[in-house]
Amino acid sequence: MAEVRLQQVCKRFGSVAAIRDLDLTIHGGELVVLLGPSGAGKTTTLRLIAGLERVESGNIWIQGRDMTESQPSERDVAFVFQQYSLYPHLTVRENLAFPLRSPLAHLDKGAIRKRVDEVAQLVRIQHKLENRATALSGGEMQRVAIGRALVRQPNIYLMDEPLSSLDAKLRAELRVELKHIQRNLGATILYVTHDQVEAMTLADRIGVLREGRLVQIGTPKEIFEYPCNTYVAERLGQPTINLIALTPELREGAPDSATTLGLRTDHVRLNPWTEATAAHRKATVRKIEYLGDQTYLHLDWGGTALTFLADPGSSLAEGDAVALEWEQPLYFDQNHHRIS
Amino acid sequence: MSEIQVRKLRKAFGDFVAVQSSSFTIHDGEFFVMLGPSGCGKTTTLRMIAGLELPTMGEILLDGEDVSFLRASQRDIAFVFQLFALYPHMNVRKNLAFPLKCIGAPAAEIRQRVEETARLLRIDHLLDLSVSGLSGGDRQRVALGRAIIRRPKAFLMDEPLGALDAEFRNLMCQELKALHDRIDATTVYVTHDQLEAMAMADRIAVMNHGIIEQLGAPSEIYNTPASMYVADFIGSPSMNLLTLPGSLEPGQGVLELGSSGMLSLPRCLEGVAEGNLVLGVRPEHLVPQERSPLCGSIRAVEYMGTTQILTVQTEWGPLLSRVRSDLPFQEGEVLSLGFEPHRASLFDASHGRALNTERAHG
Repeated sequence: MAEVRLQQVCKRFGSVAAIRDLDLTIHGGELVVLLGPSGAGKTTTLRLIAGLERVESGNIWIQGRDMTESQPSERDVAFVFQQYSLYPHLTVRENLAFPLRSPLAHLDKGAIRKRVDEVAQLVRIQHKLENRATALSGGEMQRVAIGRALVRQPNIYLMDEPLSSLDAKLRAELRVELKHIQRNLGATILYVTHDQVEAMTLADRIGVLREGRLVQIGTPKEIFEYPCNTYVAERLGQPTINLIALTPELREGAPDSATTLGLRTDHVRLNPWTEATAAHRKATVRKIEYLGDQTYLHLDWGGTALTFLADPGSSLAEGDAVALEWEQPLYFDQNHHRIS
Repeated sequence: MSEIQVRKLRKAFGDFVAVQSSSFTIHDGEFFVMLGPSGCGKTTTLRMIAGLELPTMGEILLDGEDVSFLRASQRDIAFVFQLFALYPHMNVRKNLAFPLKCIGAPAAEIRQRVEETARLLRIDHLLDLSVSGLSGGDRQRVALGRAIIRRPKAFLMDEPLGALDAEFRNLMCQELKALHDRIDATTVYVTHDQLEAMAMADRIAVMNHGIIEQLGAPSEIYNTPASMYVADFIGSPSMNLLTLPGSLEPGQGVLELGSSGMLSLPRCLEGVAEGNLVLGVRPEHLVPQERSPLCGSIRAVEYMGTTQILTVQTEWGPLLSRVRSDLPFQEGEVLSLGFEPHRASLFDASHGRALNTERAHG
């Protein structure tokens, strides 16, 4: 598997700058996830690497070779799209074998058969190999689509929200499977999504994109614990980080240039409220919200709304008063950059 | 505003029964969500309430009046499809005014209602701007405004947020709920997304094959799912459902798991036959606990920020546990998981319904 490097890549569509000065290296065997909302430039980045779009300026290196001007076929990448685009008139086996039938692949029938069987096992579709592609469930079709990319061993796999059309349960299962497959194969994958849970659970490193710029790149833990600014802090973590304007009484322990306090569940301790609690530490439980997989605790803190993850064992009820304490929270300056 | 009563409503398309004899009442001012996978009958039910489909049997009462066979236009109901389409060549004011113009409202009234609606949605400063220059959130607010400006008796919404990306959907959920709380309009909302349902609903009807499996507040559906289907549908990851060996006698609260040890369960008020006992525990209620018989090696560790999800392969099947992410766990490590009995549910696999336990009685 190969290293892919983007160097100062820019791309505009008319007057819109889709990608601005993008520097990004995907190491061999690494799974990098680009996270951002629609319009952030995620898909454009994939298309530039694949050669489906031409860069405005900058260079794209694949395995040490400058491929900026190369044809898509020379770049040897495999693309998995959001909508499984299978050949409806072919069987699962024929769909999987299709990329290997290309004269460029130089493979005989026996070798193709062997490879298809291997991959079918990997994506757990071996029992449906002779079915028509249209006779499969959504999850099975997407597994075949991923399998069709995996039969080749290209320089890099480019995946454009491959799980987003599946229901939540199937998405969670395929997420775990995809991570296992990637590890076992040592595959290099660039994966784009707007789903922070996918990004956190799949990625070796996450790159956060905003309006065509890479705002921060790092391991899920780095990005979550040390976001470089409020934009990144707000993209990761459920519930969303609480950002609170610093008032004089909250300044204690804050760096001088801090203007905003960032509080996540990890930073706070909620103790029972007592008479001795300082007035500015008192919060009231406004609502307990059951979301199916997690429970949110909504607090009213002197007119400021705060949301944390409720401790599953907690017996707090609406109307209860709590003392809010925090430890090593995040602080941001007036330009929204994190300072500690 | 209004109350919607649905009585023994049934809809068949040829041999296919889409909705089987549903009865429920949607209270005045309630945010009512019908939740289920595609094909469960939720959209068909909504379309019958709207008057876009006629029922095969049963009746629909809007504020006590039988409207079952009235045309859609004769029911004072607004149907909101995906909250998207705005007229790009019109400004915000004209977009908002459009539904009133269509019914021939007088100009002065239109003006007043547009301004009221804009204030309600906090877009009054945008009235004279073109919609094409607006941010995504403001466009959605305009679309919402256009739905509420007619002041119908009820709003019916069919997956209005379906096409939005995750982050924006969360934001719009909050806005929709806040708007509902301000205007207190009866709202019937259809979705297959359990997060949307849990976040917005006063009550949820979980549907499956044309039948309502459970109707209740989000906390009831979360804490005491009425069936394995509901338990499995709510949550991502959803409730662990583990088929355990052995049977239970009424009153029994402990199960012997072969050589592995004793497992404490909520005290069951009914008996279960051998092979039909299913334990249901939510991942967040399953925690590392020494000497628990629910034990196995960790197959996957998924980091999620504040929490992580562990998949533990036990003798009876995989269990997912959501724990704080500052606890260090490695794939391959052996881990025992336990739970507080009152947090768990028990099901009988022969019919899929929840068993009566002491917990279920409070």
